[in-house]
Amino acid sequence: MTLLDVQNLRVTFDTETGPVQAVRGVSFSLGRERLGIVGESGSGKTMTGRAVLRLIRPPGRIEADRMVFDGQDLMQASERDMRALRGKRIGMVMQDPKYSLNPVMTVGDQLTEGLRRRDGLGRRDAEAKAIAALTAVHIRDPARVMEAYPHELSGGMGQRVMIAMMLIPEPDLLIADEPTSALDVTVQAEVLSILDGLVRERGMGLIFISHDLRLVARFCDRVLVMYKGKVVEELLAKNLLDAQHPYTRGLLNCLPRIGGPRGPLPALDRSGAWAQ
Amino acid sequence: MSLIEIDHLSVTFRSKGREVHAVEDVSFSVEQGESFGLVGESGSGKSTILRAICGLAPVTAGTIRIDGASLPAPRGPDFATRVQMVFQDPYASLHPRHTIDRTLSEPLAIHGISGSDARVVKALEDVGLPAAFRFRYPHQLSGGQRQRVAIARALMLEPTILLLDEPTSALDASVQAEVLNLLDRLRAARGLTFLMVSHDLAVIDHMCDRILVMQNGRAVEQMPREALAEARMTTPYARSLFDASADRMLGGPARP
Repeated sequence: MTLLDVQNLRVTFDTETGPVQAVRGVSFSLGRERLGIVGESGSGKTMTGRAVLRLIRPPGRIEADRMVFDGQDLMQASERDMRALRGKRIGMVMQDPKYSLNPVMTVGDQLTEGLRRRDGLGRRDAEAKAIAALTAVHIRDPARVMEAYPHELSGGMGQRVMIAMMLIPEPDLLIADEPTSALDVTVQAEVLSILDGLVRERGMGLIFISHDLRLVARFCDRVLVMYKGKVVEELLAKNLLDAQHPYTRGLLNCLPRIGGPRGPLPALDRSGAWAQ
Repeated sequence: MSLIEIDHLSVTFRSKGREVHAVEDVSFSVEQGESFGLVGESGSGKSTILRAICGLAPVTAGTIRIDGASLPAPRGPDFATRVQMVFQDPYASLHPRHTIDRTLSEPLAIHGISGSDARVVKALEDVGLPAAFRFRYPHQLSGGQRQRVAIARALMLEPTILLLDEPTSALDASVQAEVLNLLDRLRAARGLTFLMVSHDLAVIDHMCDRILVMQNGRAVEQMPREALAEARMTTPYARSLFDASADRMLGGPARP
């Protein structure tokens, strides 16, 4: 079943030097599966994720031939409809906990805010749910973290707090923008298995945005490789290592390997026709 | 005698009446010209060790010696000419309202070194940035370019030791490759000694000769690079770190 269908998505910003297209005609559809979007910074992967939630501020423009989530046309939906979708049906884990958490609210207040306002839970119930969510993302001392302000948390803790926050309303689709880039490998594996469990058990759809090809290869079902706002290659994650496109190959080759050669790492060659 | 000697170092923070033992009884030494890696999860104390060397963390026990001499507190200008640090986040470590020129010439001004004009141009050239970047602000630079500026700033006083705190973890893979290559080239050209912190075993393996694995503020296992490459670690924690390393996901049946 298709959860999200996007055809020819374009995101345009008007600048002093004329319009700049951050996303140039991206099409994909997503069932209850894990779709990875990989690419370097500036490739438009984050903008693609944000465009699905229509979280692009004017003067930025979103255009698409078709963008439908679970039967609902996202291009035609009112701002009010979008607000009803955001968080509850489509969650988004933002990239940087330093900028995405409210710096002057404790973690506990931020986690329970939605539960109390949206779901009308009492303080005690909301707190119990928030602590359960923090425990679910393997935070060892949830009571302490509830009282903490974002600046008192490490990057990894902050990122887990954001994941916990997004998972509380149990969305149907989660857009995770670099959800594990600040995490350690062992915690990364834990967080991925949490997300994995949600996809399997609850049938959640997941768009996993990352610059880490190895991670995506391991974790996702399908992968879109983006460069300069375009999808240059779409392939099954298990075939990622046999990717043919020179950009995908370049990204794979520039990663250091344990036990690999000590010489200079190969730099990415952007001279091909695909880079235009 | 080793260049950097860390002997039974402990760092304890006090927070809201609670004591947090960030580093407990850690000892290691780094030879002249060596590249030494500290690896572990966040909260394992690896960055705190770098900060303790710079005098930015409360050392509660143990000693830090450089060239056999213990360090004065506060560290003083002499220390800055020998040891410099490159921080993790190039978006946070450069002054947003200072031009690159001002960022790079400030250490020279503080230390009363003349000829800053030529030195700034040379420093930009050494890290592979065009001289025209001199009068830009950090927000006009990409992440990789900013980290190059941070490296250039660290090298302005021509130190012998660079402390590298996750220098590439905020960067794209392709940019990471460029910055790692730059660091390698600078180390070879200037005979620098690196003490590098990372959570990425593959990066540490690529850059370092010896590795110390840390967990919860304690040293778990020290090994040479070859032992890591051949998976000859003896402690279960180092093993689990190795197994979880993203780089291992490439081969074999890799599904969770």
